[in-house]
Amino acid sequence: MLPPAGSTNAAEVDALFNFINVISLILLVGISIAIVYFAIKYRRRSDNDVTPVITHNNTLEITWSVIPLILVMIVFGWGYKGYLNMATAPEDAYEVQVTARSWLWEFHYPNGNVSIDELHVPVNRPIKLVMNSSDVIHSFYVPDYRVKKDVLPNRYTSVWFEVPETGEATIFCTEYCGMDHSNMMGKVVVHSQEEFDTWLAESAQVDESIPPADRGRELVQRFGCTGCHSIEDNSVIQGPSFVGIMGRDRELEDGTTVTTDENYIRESILDPQSQIAAGFPGGLMQSYAGILNDQQINDIIEYLKTLD
Amino acid sequence: MSTADSTEIKKIQVQRFKPDDDPKHHYLNEETGLWSWMTTVDHKKIGLMYLGSIAFFFLIGGILALVLRTELLSPAQSFMTADTYNQIFTLHGAIMIFFFLIPSVPAALGNFILPLQLGCKDVAFPRLNLLSFYIYVIGALFTITAIFTGGVDTGWTFYTPYSSSVSGGNIMMMTLGVFILGFSSILTGLNFIVTIHRMRSPGLTWSKLPLFLWGLYATSIIQVLATPVLAITVLLLTMERVLSIGIFDPALGGDPVLFQHFFWFYSHPAVYIMIVPGFGVISEVISTFSRKHIFGYWAIALSSLAIAFIGFLVWGHHMFTAGQSSLANMVFSFLTFLVGIPTGIKIFNWLATMHKGSIDLKAPMIYAMMFLFLFTIGGFTGIMLGALAVDIHLHDTYYVVAHFHYVMMGGMVMAFLAGLHYWWPKITGKMYPELWARVSCGLIFIGFNLTFLPQFVMGSLGMPRRYFNYIDQFQGYHQLSTYGSYTLGVGFLIMAAYLAWSLKSGRKAGANPWGSRSMEWQVNAMPPLHNFHHTPVIINGPYDYHKPMSEFQLGIPEKHNGHHGGHHEDPITTSVEADS
Repeated sequence: MLPPAGSTNAAEVDALFNFINVISLILLVGISIAIVYFAIKYRRRSDNDVTPVITHNNTLEITWSVIPLILVMIVFGWGYKGYLNMATAPEDAYEVQVTARSWLWEFHYPNGNVSIDELHVPVNRPIKLVMNSSDVIHSFYVPDYRVKKDVLPNRYTSVWFEVPETGEATIFCTEYCGMDHSNMMGKVVVHSQEEFDTWLAESAQVDESIPPADRGRELVQRFGCTGCHSIEDNSVIQGPSFVGIMGRDRELEDGTTVTTDENYIRESILDPQSQIAAGFPGGLMQSYAGILNDQQINDIIEYLKTLD
Repeated sequence: MSTADSTEIKKIQVQRFKPDDDPKHHYLNEETGLWSWMTTVDHKKIGLMYLGSIAFFFLIGGILALVLRTELLSPAQSFMTADTYNQIFTLHGAIMIFFFLIPSVPAALGNFILPLQLGCKDVAFPRLNLLSFYIYVIGALFTITAIFTGGVDTGWTFYTPYSSSVSGGNIMMMTLGVFILGFSSILTGLNFIVTIHRMRSPGLTWSKLPLFLWGLYATSIIQVLATPVLAITVLLLTMERVLSIGIFDPALGGDPVLFQHFFWFYSHPAVYIMIVPGFGVISEVISTFSRKHIFGYWAIALSSLAIAFIGFLVWGHHMFTAGQSSLANMVFSFLTFLVGIPTGIKIFNWLATMHKGSIDLKAPMIYAMMFLFLFTIGGFTGIMLGALAVDIHLHDTYYVVAHFHYVMMGGMVMAFLAGLHYWWPKITGKMYPELWARVSCGLIFIGFNLTFLPQFVMGSLGMPRRYFNYIDQFQGYHQLSTYGSYTLGVGFLIMAAYLAWSLKSGRKAGANPWGSRSMEWQVNAMPPLHNFHHTPVIINGPYDYHKPMSEFQLGIPEKHNGHHGGHHEDPITTSVEADS
């Protein structure tokens, strides 16, 4: 019934989960048998049936209070112990800053690198996520690692995990955060340490061998732009489609008209609320200042020019 | 409360008043017409108006649930947008909780039965009782207005800052509806507490109080103490939304987790507002249909009070992942396990009541047995969620959804249906058709488990709740769950059909078709407008099946209106206890 145990803490959670299930199942079967057995054995045979007068039995009351009490105290202690392990990150954990926003995950690495919806981590090393939200409450959940923590707008929360094998795991948002809550997914990519170091170094650099427009296409995917802006056709997901967005006259919410040139795109990325296109609700998109650098914005503009 | 020492014994002259099995005058034909309903202060008619209202809201909430389940047959969008889906799950939750579950047993069945079980003519404040109903209706109108003027998409929990600053729905209207509704709940609770304290018949000491009334009493205390916190919370939310006063939104200097504390400080006790009266119904039904003295009367009565008390101290277990300190998490987890003990005690006492009984498997008893099974699953999965390390994994997944449906629907709704069938003959004077009732029982049992068992599995595998879209691996479970919900729907349709049919064509029930000993069965088949034309005198407990029925029908005649009463017999002298 549980997903694969992907983190070092998962085994203890799973053991307790199984323990409670087994004990519960034994008791449930016992209770169910009693219900059915009594209903058959003591079924009404005639309207004149006389039943014994048994009002109470203190020994029984104490028995069925104390035994369950002992059982739940075992569960309590075990659960608390497991929780403490999960709540306290090791000192040497590798730290990644997480910013949640409706409806994507930003991961900021110590070298200034940023990835969206894809958390890259090294294998066999404790990872500590220090998390904050830029709008409403979200919750960071990786079922395979048995970790979950709410991500709040006014304070930092953290989780940690250590993954013993390379591979991938799904990230869900588990605190309802509005329209696209169920699409606020991501994945954890677990690399070997060398692979991770390479990834970290390379993704911070610009690969000059790739044409700027191709780099731009990769960026709009990686940074989650396509979650709201279509690159397929003229349909509207949340915001205006990217198809044919460059070099048009566009009417704005305040009635003025602008030409969608490089400056318009750049301003829309860095200060999205300043020029809202007519017919679209403002307030959805947040600034990418500090996330996308100039080179990356240039690449995205080059890519948008190719979408006609 | 009385103890043996403080009880005085009085000798009084009583007569036997046999109830009339087919009375010419009863509460429905003594006054007729729309105006008599709208202005009635009769607890029975008010109870019926609640019953009609909650049936309406249960229908709406149920249809919404089926619409949600149909959308979830496949991932991504099939026939509604994410925004519509979010509004519908919010409405399903809010309607079922605030408009169905909370008033179901206390306001509908409780209103009808409580004065009858006490042997009195009405509740202590009949006009206040009618006011409660009108407040409920006004609250409902506000909520319905909210639905048609923007809708609400926050979830029934209204978590900030999404609800206070981001969501575009008509949250002010909705929260005002909930605010107003709360007063209905508070006033009903107040009315019941005073009635139980002040209006018990001669001889009806606390130790003879039917367990249904102990359940209602514990519930009323929670309603009076907890509901104001909800009222204050939604009021603060509205102030923040309308006047931008910073309370919960960090952008305005507030704290969003504060809202969760306030909200659950009410809403966890509210879980017990919903389930504790159900416990009361189950005690009555199991004892009656086992024709046997309830086992562990005081254990059951006091465990309700214990649950009501501890229930106030466990709200933090809804927030294990919200960034509470480890210490707070530990304390809340510990207290959560404590509340499981009195709940377990009840289950064992009910089983012991069935032991060596004379069990009649009529529909109310079948529902009570279904309750025992389903509620036990709800309880065990609650233990799972109380365990800190495991809750971290399961919190806000379908496991939680399945858990509270097992408690609320498998527990509370089954108890409500047990009570509805049990008291149907008293309320309507007619018997429901037993065969069809069993068919519907079976469909509901199968449909319920088919709907919610797969949700435990999905949740354990990591399927988050409130998801419009989901990853493909969960589709099989979602489909099973949806087919289960259709089965459940058919079961309820059959029930609606046969209950409606029985109103007109059901067999006449007689005053006491189940041979029960408690007071509500010692009045006429359909009770007269003022219930009793004599002052009932109680000398036995409500579960004393070893004593003859005649000893449960004693009373002191009242002057001038004795002609409505049953057949009088010669005076008898008896001794009654009275609380000093």
